[in-house]
Amino acid sequence: MLLIRCPHCDEERSEEEFTCAGEGGIRRPENPGELSDEEWADYLHFRTNPKGRHRENWCHSAGCRRHFDVVRDTVTYVIHSTARIGDG
Amino acid sequence: MADTGRRLWKGAGLSSRDRPKPLALTFNGERLMGCRGDTLASALIANGIDVVGHSFKYGRPRGIVGYGAEEPNAIVQVGEAALRTPNLPATQVELEDGMVATSATRGPGAAMAALAGTFGRLLPAGFHYKTFMRPQRLWGFWEKRLREAAGLGDVPDGADPDIYDRRHGHCDVLVVGGGPAGLAAALSASRAGARVMLVDENAELGGMLRSSSIAIGGESGGDWTRCAAAELADNPDVELLTRATAFGLYDHNFVGIVERDAGRLPPSETPGGRAREGAPRPPPDGGSDWRGPRQRMHHVRARQVVLACGAIERPIVFAGNDVPGVMMASAVSAYVARHAVAPGERLLLFANNDPAYDTALAWHRIGREVTVVDARSAADGSRPDRARAAGIDVRAGCVVREVHGRRRVRGVGVAPIGGGKVERLDCDLVASSGGWNPVVHLSAQTGARPQWSESARAFLPGPPAGGVHHAGAINGHESTSECMRDGFRTGAQAARLAGFDGSGDEPEAPATDEPSSAPSEALFLVPHPRPGRESKQFVDMQLDVTVADVELAAREGYRSVEHAKRYTALGFGTDQGKLGNVNGVAILANALGQGIGETGTTMFRPPYTPVTFGAMAGRDVGRFFDPVRQTPMHGWHGAHGAVWEDVGRWKRPRYYARIDGEGMDEAVRRECLAARGGVAMLDASTLGKIDVQGPDAAVFLDRVYTNGFRRLAVGRCRYGLMLREDGTIFDDGVTVRVAENRYLMHTTTGNAEAVLAWLELWRQTEWPELRVHLTSVTDHWATAAVVGPKSRAVLGSICTDIDLSPEAFRFMDFRAGHVAGVPAQVYRISFSGELSFEVNVSAQHGLRVWEALMEAGADFSITPYGTETMHVLRAEMGFIIVGQDTDGSMTPDDMGLANLVRSGKRFGFLGDRSLSLPEHQRPDRLQLVGLEPLNPSAVLPEGVQLVTEPHPKPPARMHGHVTSSYLSATLGRSFALAMVKGGRERIGETLYGPQVDGRVIPARVVPSVFHKPAMEVEDAAAPSAEPARVEPLPAPTTSAMLNLRGDGTEEFRNAASAILGLALPDEPCTSARNSGVAIHWLAPDEWLIVAPCGDEAEVERRLRAATSGSNFAVTDVTGAYVLLHLIGPHARNALASATPCDLHPRNFPPGRCVQTTLAKTQAVIAATAEGAFEIIVRRSYAHYAQAWLIDALNNIGGNPDALQRLS
Repeated sequence: MLLIRCPHCDEERSEEEFTCAGEGGIRRPENPGELSDEEWADYLHFRTNPKGRHRENWCHSAGCRRHFDVVRDTVTYVIHSTARIGDG
Repeated sequence: MADTGRRLWKGAGLSSRDRPKPLALTFNGERLMGCRGDTLASALIANGIDVVGHSFKYGRPRGIVGYGAEEPNAIVQVGEAALRTPNLPATQVELEDGMVATSATRGPGAAMAALAGTFGRLLPAGFHYKTFMRPQRLWGFWEKRLREAAGLGDVPDGADPDIYDRRHGHCDVLVVGGGPAGLAAALSASRAGARVMLVDENAELGGMLRSSSIAIGGESGGDWTRCAAAELADNPDVELLTRATAFGLYDHNFVGIVERDAGRLPPSETPGGRAREGAPRPPPDGGSDWRGPRQRMHHVRARQVVLACGAIERPIVFAGNDVPGVMMASAVSAYVARHAVAPGERLLLFANNDPAYDTALAWHRIGREVTVVDARSAADGSRPDRARAAGIDVRAGCVVREVHGRRRVRGVGVAPIGGGKVERLDCDLVASSGGWNPVVHLSAQTGARPQWSESARAFLPGPPAGGVHHAGAINGHESTSECMRDGFRTGAQAARLAGFDGSGDEPEAPATDEPSSAPSEALFLVPHPRPGRESKQFVDMQLDVTVADVELAAREGYRSVEHAKRYTALGFGTDQGKLGNVNGVAILANALGQGIGETGTTMFRPPYTPVTFGAMAGRDVGRFFDPVRQTPMHGWHGAHGAVWEDVGRWKRPRYYARIDGEGMDEAVRRECLAARGGVAMLDASTLGKIDVQGPDAAVFLDRVYTNGFRRLAVGRCRYGLMLREDGTIFDDGVTVRVAENRYLMHTTTGNAEAVLAWLELWRQTEWPELRVHLTSVTDHWATAAVVGPKSRAVLGSICTDIDLSPEAFRFMDFRAGHVAGVPAQVYRISFSGELSFEVNVSAQHGLRVWEALMEAGADFSITPYGTETMHVLRAEMGFIIVGQDTDGSMTPDDMGLANLVRSGKRFGFLGDRSLSLPEHQRPDRLQLVGLEPLNPSAVLPEGVQLVTEPHPKPPARMHGHVTSSYLSATLGRSFALAMVKGGRERIGETLYGPQVDGRVIPARVVPSVFHKPAMEVEDAAAPSAEPARVEPLPAPTTSAMLNLRGDGTEEFRNAASAILGLALPDEPCTSARNSGVAIHWLAPDEWLIVAPCGDEAEVERRLRAATSGSNFAVTDVTGAYVLLHLIGPHARNALASATPCDLHPRNFPPGRCVQTTLAKTQAVIAATAEGAFEIIVRRSYAHYAQAWLIDALNNIGGNPDALQRLS
């Protein structure tokens, strides 16, 4: 059970208050219509899935309901940082 | 004069008057007597019960070996019938009067006995793989027999009637283990000012101090322990948990602790004599059979964890080491010292170390005979000298080679270690000690791999995870003084890291009179020249793994310790090999010709000792297993014959059985005819509702819906379709433009939360520049859908301020007014095809308006209907239900909804790009069609596959499947919706639906719309001439609540503060409050305003006026929430069972608020004063939260009146 600091509430809270929304920092392409099917599929389906540091998007879903960036180690589960989106 | 027999009352200095209270017990059907303070194990020993079970594989009689969690043999089940608990070590079961216990393994089953007799010598490691797997068809037979023989106990024959509680705990320093090191660590951490929790699995603190004769600071170990426990108990920031096992150390110092017999002990028996905080007491009205929770699961989050788990004595392996009467040396000492029980008459101590001599000295003190066999060539330490001085026969340089006896030790064969003549010594008790294995389990659970230390001759914990410390015997320290020094030092260090420096002086460990020890010598196994049936050497007694098995595994090529473990089953029992594993590793290492460190140990996973499912489930069983969400009209439905359907967590009426014996088909027929021919009413409150506000609301909606909302006129409604980015249908619903910058979006019932989360994800992460705010108002609005040709007449009689005429109130119009005197929003939308008005009122008025509508419709025989009728009516119209007719792979075109897709939108809505992918353009995609069974009374089962021939030859090609299927009263026949490959081109074709029973239902493919009511053709009768009398609105009984959003500009804040008379709190997780108004911080741009009822509309109007044009939103959520007050000495503890947040006054003083989970729902919790909390929960969950908290109060002896519902 992870302990996660919500950068909005500025408190450490138990994992059960949060949901993980997958890899962080993925931007929707500006003009989807100009992408090839392959490029679009890459955006839709492919993620980095690293062993080690991973940038993730989490939501404090049972708390302030705000999303934020998390850098978490997928091996040790150490959370290196949490930050408001745009601040990190 | 010495005691005779097993009890040592005289030795313990107890006269018959002082002896503890006798307790009766039954073991394997035999009536016995124990006494208060006994464990089941000590009581069995006191009664002379030598054989407590039979071994798993060989059926050999087995006796008690250990004293605690390590016990491999005395595995019992306790209690009868539904209360039976399997797989408990008798050493950890506290005796209760009248206890009934049986051995888990009472002897091998007949099949195994025969087998063991015939093939006894042929049951080597991996025997079950080798023997029973061929021929494979017989495996089922053998598996059953093996399970019987394995002695896993009997399954309880009923639901467990006991209560299991849960509590979230928080501390700065958690100390696991209440022995000398743990007590020292807790003392120094608490003296530094830290909040400390000390956990010990035994009934009393002290650990080894309780059976040792060492004096500490001039006091006995027992007295020192009592002083330490009293100091800790007197500190309000220290929590002592005994009878509590820390079984799992998880990520980020989350610790699982299970407390046994949590509710059964009077305060006098808790450590320090103080009633433990949160300890349940019988209710004041004295329910005599009230027993409180049987166990309590503590989920503890600790800043720092000190593992002072101690060490478990390691046996020496020799032939016949499993004969009852062979025990651990420390266990013998503990039974004597703690229970005044002697497990025998003549003791033979077999050891390789000095401290084990304490057992011989203690035995000598009770006046019984003892011989020491010491494997070391010289036994010259101070303890051996003392033993010799006491006249004890010490045989140095010798080993016990074999044990004589079968059901009890009768003697041993002792030989010089280098070989030589074997001498038989008579004895009835053998105590062995081969050193100590640190309890590294919890440490290893964090991933820290234990490392072999040659100097300590033990696996020591690996480098600890962050925030974890080791203290005492776990570090390989053998002496009590060293353990205490380590404990004091580590406790202070942990407190410092948690932010508590204390005075800076580390408490000094008190001096002891402990004798020094000469070094031990490694000895794991005494080889036997003629290993055989009688001279088996057991490594793991619970699973009957012998030295020969481990050596065989090595010979057969199992070089990895993990593989050898799995092949031999070493350490797989309920004891997880706490005694045997290290010996097994040493024997494997020897067989492989390598070092122990090189061989390594297997990893440890939670739990440290078995945890019952009851403790894990806690109180989340029965009525609390899954919360039921209720609409405001829930009680009415129940009282009027509703038969429920689960939709998400909601209970919705599926149909109403109004007449005795009415089944679903008749009820649905009746309800459908009422809706099509008269008037009927549906509780539609469960639909998801999201208030979308802000200058960019229209832009936002255009991006998330396939169709456009920017040009939707204010006061109009539109059906919208929402796609995932892969182009598949996610959700649908009607969205209303309430005002220029405000929409109300409806979602499907089951998808409400997923849709809001999805929209927030896009709003916050992709489009933060959009000035739009989303607020869930699902719980705020109670919705009654009044459906049918007479609906206008019914509504008109209690709604006088909205012109309901077809010209003034068109299809897809929205109007605000009053219904039954209550402010209402009315939509003319229809999911049935009939004339229909959806009446929305704030939920606290929902029931009243529903009843008023029922009363107004009485003359028209208004008929309440449920979800089944709703499904039939919409299917007749060909309206889809997302999640029933779609399955996550359907595009709009598949469902015939391509006309709702405006791909020309400038931005490109979510999912747009994917619609042009080749996969989505295939002509043979599944498409929505209707089906008419050729036999109009045959109903196709939903889900049935469709084929082109009645009896196709396998493998048949599937052409689609049925998604919705009903018998229609309106059509007078059965009909169905189906997804059929290229279906729209196949109208007129006959497809076949083969059923499980072999029958086949042929059906014709038809368009998906079956019924076209003339919507505006209504009954010519004018609305009832006399409007019904409308009762005035009852006096407000609730607090009004407004959700306020704003970007935090000075202008916005000033305006809000002026109107509310109170500044918006800036600091996260705080509340501002004056005599009338409370404002809770919910997020950096979101506040919840709680104000006296009646003001909300005016406050909302003024806020809206003052902030208009800027990026803000204000939403009335009065109906959406219920306010609870929880007050009194038990308030915090009741909440601690429900929420993972730390509500301790240090972290949560008055003025703080949190949004968090509350059991299985969520809440805003605010501290209003010491021990007083406001709890704001969603209305549909209010009854669940109330019941849960009342149950929590009952379980900790609190008064349920501490909880009040204020709205």
